[in-house]
Amino acid sequence: MALKGFASFAIRKAIAAIITIFAIVCVNFLIFRMVPGDPIRMMFRDPRITAEQMQLVREKFGLDKPLWEQFNCYLTELFQGNLGISFWQKRPVLEVIADRIPQTLLLVVTALAIAVILGTILGAIAGWKTGTKIDSFILGISLTLYSVPTFCMGIIFLLIFAFQLAIFPLGGISTAASGLTGFGYWKDVLWHMFLPAISIVLWYGGEYVLLTRSSMQDASGQDYITTARAKGLKESAVLRNHALRNALLPVVTITGVNLAFAVAGIIEAETVFSWPGVGRLVYDAVMKRDYPLLQGTFLVFAVAVVLANLVVDLIYGYIDPRIKVGKSE
Amino acid sequence: MLKFLRELEKVKGFFQLLLTNKMGVVGLSIFALFAIVALFAPFLHTVDPSKTGAVENILLPPCHQFWLGTDDLARDIWSQVIFGSRVSLVIGFLAAALTVLVGTLIGLMAGFYGGRIEEVLMRIVDFFMMLPMLPLMIVLAAILGPSIWNVIFVVSIVSWPTTARVIRSQVLSLKERAFVEASRCIGASDSLLIFGEILPNVVPLMFAEAVLMVTEAIYAEAVLAFLGLGDPTTVSWGMILHFAFESGTMSRAPWWVVPPVACICTLILGFTFLGTAVSDVLKPGYREIRGL
Repeated sequence: MALKGFASFAIRKAIAAIITIFAIVCVNFLIFRMVPGDPIRMMFRDPRITAEQMQLVREKFGLDKPLWEQFNCYLTELFQGNLGISFWQKRPVLEVIADRIPQTLLLVVTALAIAVILGTILGAIAGWKTGTKIDSFILGISLTLYSVPTFCMGIIFLLIFAFQLAIFPLGGISTAASGLTGFGYWKDVLWHMFLPAISIVLWYGGEYVLLTRSSMQDASGQDYITTARAKGLKESAVLRNHALRNALLPVVTITGVNLAFAVAGIIEAETVFSWPGVGRLVYDAVMKRDYPLLQGTFLVFAVAVVLANLVVDLIYGYIDPRIKVGKSE
Repeated sequence: MLKFLRELEKVKGFFQLLLTNKMGVVGLSIFALFAIVALFAPFLHTVDPSKTGAVENILLPPCHQFWLGTDDLARDIWSQVIFGSRVSLVIGFLAAALTVLVGTLIGLMAGFYGGRIEEVLMRIVDFFMMLPMLPLMIVLAAILGPSIWNVIFVVSIVSWPTTARVIRSQVLSLKERAFVEASRCIGASDSLLIFGEILPNVVPLMFAEAVLMVTEAIYAEAVLAFLGLGDPTTVSWGMILHFAFESGTMSRAPWWVVPPVACICTLILGFTFLGTAVSDVLKPGYREIRGL
């Protein structure tokens, strides 16, 4: 019975996600029709190309057909995994992006996990001790860090730790031609990842401090906290078993929404530290005016955020008893 | 006239309250400092910020003639930073104004009319809020081409949904209040109800949203310019960082990157403080809590 409620919840969420992805695909198609100038000219950038040759290419890509047919064609190709050819790299966009995804995942998962854990702990402490010196210290630091854009933080880190002190590398994911393997290689990767990851952690963690703090403040004023104290429970037990559990629920719900926001930090950190991920690819696509690649990266980021949101929603739905009970009875 | 004076009195009271808030004072001071710098930019030991200089003046450290040194084209960094404050403030304010205007209109419509109009508008809002903002801004800016007006447009088109959502929920509660009901009973038209009765009551909220949007817009301009999507005809802080980053000589010239980074962060921090203070002050019961 309980599963039935969850199943219908999951199906509704999945359908909503599919509709959103379809809308993203439509937006992505329409935005890139607004590109000024002739896409074929831009693709070759060679004045020697003749009008006949251009006409040939235009027909090959279906650019002589009406918009509706172009959209149809775009959808068909998309379903077959064809996102076009990158002007810059002269190979399929999907291939270029797929090569970069593991590096981005490594950086994102590490940085966000640290940010969420650290941010939640500090936020919970600040919220529990509202008005004390610790609270204003944590609040002040996180408001300040939160105001520093990731690329600014990255540039300063680069200047201090890579250029001046030279204790961290300038960028990239591993030392070129070092011949390292196994454990040594991963140690090298971690060393390269430190600065970009910490730039994301400091900015994104600040958000979680603020969130958990206000959620904790709400929770600590509730009657059940007074009850727990009246029962004679130790302060630490009240904090852990009563306040924190309730304060964390809204923090979990917001995680999904925040992912859309985290993408900015990833693009900035990867750009500054030349981390070979999808975020750096966005910058390269902009610099090379490679529209198919830019279109592809946007699609990948947007769809990734929708899917991550779906996963967060499903986990939340599975944990939260109200969803199961409410639907099945 | 009397009504106007009463409104003025309210605004004055609001700023007095803001000045009792520590964060409000810090935020306002930072804003005032940058506003003065932007206003008097030509008189602050500056030269034309895009004027390139002689070869022997390339990458000079700070000195008597160039207060913050020079970049790889021998341009004066002090002048670039001073004039950059104009770009940030202008884009910040115009983008915030446009965003809040569009967001408020849509929030008012959705909240007041409800039903299918609300359904459609709120679905669009939800859709936008799901999209990763920075990639969307990058894509739009890359397609529309680099110019200040496009940056303003791009920031607004990406940020209005937040304002629309906040305004809508306020309108939902306002339209059930007695004074709206009373106006409706004496036959007030929809537009009079929306703009005459409800709008004046969401103005404080619009102001709080606008302060937040200025922060967003200043950040957005800086990051877009840093990623190479800024207006090449104007000097902005993000643009200075872009040139420094691309030049590959950043390591030899810390004076080139530290000032713009410091300015971006200080200005954003100022508006973050101001935003926090404004929403604190606007909370019902603030006066009582502070014993004012």
